[in-house]
Amino acid sequence: MAKITLSKLRHSYAPNPQSPSDYALKEIDLDWTDGGAYALLGPSGCGKSTLLNIISGLLVPSEGQILFDGQDVTALPPDQRNIAQVFQFPVIYDTMTVYDNLAFPLRNRGRDEEMIRERVLAIAEMLEVTDMLTTRAAGLSPDNKQKISMGRGLVREDVNVVMFDEPLTVIDPHLKWKLRSKLKELHQRVKATMIYVTHDQTEALTFADQVVVMQQGEVVQIGSPVELFERPAHTFVGHFIGSPGMNILPCRLQGGIALFGDQPIALEGPLQGNPTGKTEIGIRPEFVSISSTGLPATVTKVSDVGRHIVVECEAQGQRINAIIEGQAPERGTAVHLNFRQDQTRLYVDDWLATSAQEVAA
Amino acid sequence: MKTENQKAWFFVLPVLLLVAFNALIPMMTVVNYSVQETFGDNIFFWQGLDWFQQILRSDRFHAALGRQFLFTFLILIIEIPLGIAIALSMPRKGFWVPVCLVLMALPMLIPWNVVGAMWNIFTLPDIGLLGYFLNHVLGINYDMTQDPLAAWVTIITMDVWHWTSLVVLLSYAGLVSIPDAYYQAAKIDGASNWSVFRFIQLPKMKTVLTIAILLRFMDSFNIYTEPFVLTGGGPGNSTTLLSIDLVKIALGQFDLGPAAAMSLIYFAITLLVSWLFYTVMTKDDQN
Repeated sequence: MAKITLSKLRHSYAPNPQSPSDYALKEIDLDWTDGGAYALLGPSGCGKSTLLNIISGLLVPSEGQILFDGQDVTALPPDQRNIAQVFQFPVIYDTMTVYDNLAFPLRNRGRDEEMIRERVLAIAEMLEVTDMLTTRAAGLSPDNKQKISMGRGLVREDVNVVMFDEPLTVIDPHLKWKLRSKLKELHQRVKATMIYVTHDQTEALTFADQVVVMQQGEVVQIGSPVELFERPAHTFVGHFIGSPGMNILPCRLQGGIALFGDQPIALEGPLQGNPTGKTEIGIRPEFVSISSTGLPATVTKVSDVGRHIVVECEAQGQRINAIIEGQAPERGTAVHLNFRQDQTRLYVDDWLATSAQEVAA
Repeated sequence: MKTENQKAWFFVLPVLLLVAFNALIPMMTVVNYSVQETFGDNIFFWQGLDWFQQILRSDRFHAALGRQFLFTFLILIIEIPLGIAIALSMPRKGFWVPVCLVLMALPMLIPWNVVGAMWNIFTLPDIGLLGYFLNHVLGINYDMTQDPLAAWVTIITMDVWHWTSLVVLLSYAGLVSIPDAYYQAAKIDGASNWSVFRFIQLPKMKTVLTIAILLRFMDSFNIYTEPFVLTGGGPGNSTTLLSIDLVKIALGQFDLGPAAAMSLIYFAITLLVSWLFYTVMTKDDQN
């Protein structure tokens, strides 16, 4: 186990990158603490798999360094980095039994059979596959195959990091939940650093202590699930996390007051610096309520999603979602929307520009 | 309620007729010949299983069958590993992929009798490029028209040249269908190149290799044109394979009865070996 440091990392698949858009990964500086549970979250093509392959050594970055416990491993091949990786599609060795599959990484490293047996049995028990050890791996169901792939990653006791590259893609929905909680439990038991790559916010938020959100080759925010939800540092994080995502409303600033159309909107706190550029108000639907005063709007759509109701409104030509409990207004009614002030943020050029107001004494 | 009617037969009928005329009826004619004797004039005498007994007991048949098995065994043991090795060393992507594929496919596009003729001219000791080179430049005594060993080396080399490509193309198709993740996982698991071959590539190629071996077995076991054009079965009878012998009996000696019996035995052997091989190879998949 080790602390992993990414220093000034950049990668381009093009041979002679010129502009920033040639880079699949723009400059990344990151520290992953030993034993942490991390998620790399972002849409397809945002560079998260590239970053993962750079950490595992399957890909050598164009620029920058990767350090494991301060030691430069940038040029080392995967087998010398002592890492484990679980892929999107289960990789199992068809001709081997489950036992031999789990023992394979240890046998390749010349461990003695006694020790291998001990480790394989321990891992099999953790994954609840003990009763399959003597069967041929080829005949297993996809979720069991993926469990075996995970097992091969966890069987070496000294791995620096275990990486999961969207490991639940091919798993049936009802088994996804089971495997996900299994992973969380495994992390607590083996205490290895784990990095989980996914485009599914639920998977990322349930697995990780720290989520790294990526967009177009850039890390836009690192934080706990709560931080990402409550204070998105970038409009992309607001959009991407939450269901439905954050309402992002264009506004203009006049004398330090944000105007949405002609309506002044109270922000959570003072602006940082003197913003110039595209200004937008960000408010999560959870913090929009329907009341008798406030921003006038028209209800355009009401969807009951079970636990709560999503009300889609239109105000000043913009769509605003509100999540409410209880009685929903009819479609077409004129309503007033209220934004909870401490949750109303201002974004300048997509980046968070307000800071939370100190609670007045 | 399931309705049943017999209409489907009308759709199958054309195929049945076609198969009857191009396979079943000719086959039954052969069966007919195999149990009768004729002296011409379309007069036949019932012979029972005499021809079968005669063929099965004849030394000539045993010798031809032995040569046939030896030939098939030799070409399989050369072509299969060689084909896999070439497929493994072919590029997986880039400019050279189509180039390699076309080069590989070329020998298979040449008609069989042309292959025989090419190799005949190529290896003739005094005028052939290879024959002349071996005899007059390297000083090796090589004459496939006189020396049985040289004749065997030549027909084996010719078959390897003509058909290894088939094994290459099938193996290559099997290889490119392996997802990258397998190689990456193997790298991370610390697997050696041999382990990657043994536990990933070979198992993933198993299906196509089964087909490749089956095709090469059937083709080489029934081979006629190329060795007939190249050596004509000689020198002596040294390269007289089963099919060459069969044609000699049927069309050379015009012994229709024994030839028919022999071709049925020949057919039964091909079928039996193919079936045994296929059953053994696919046994694991059914469990």
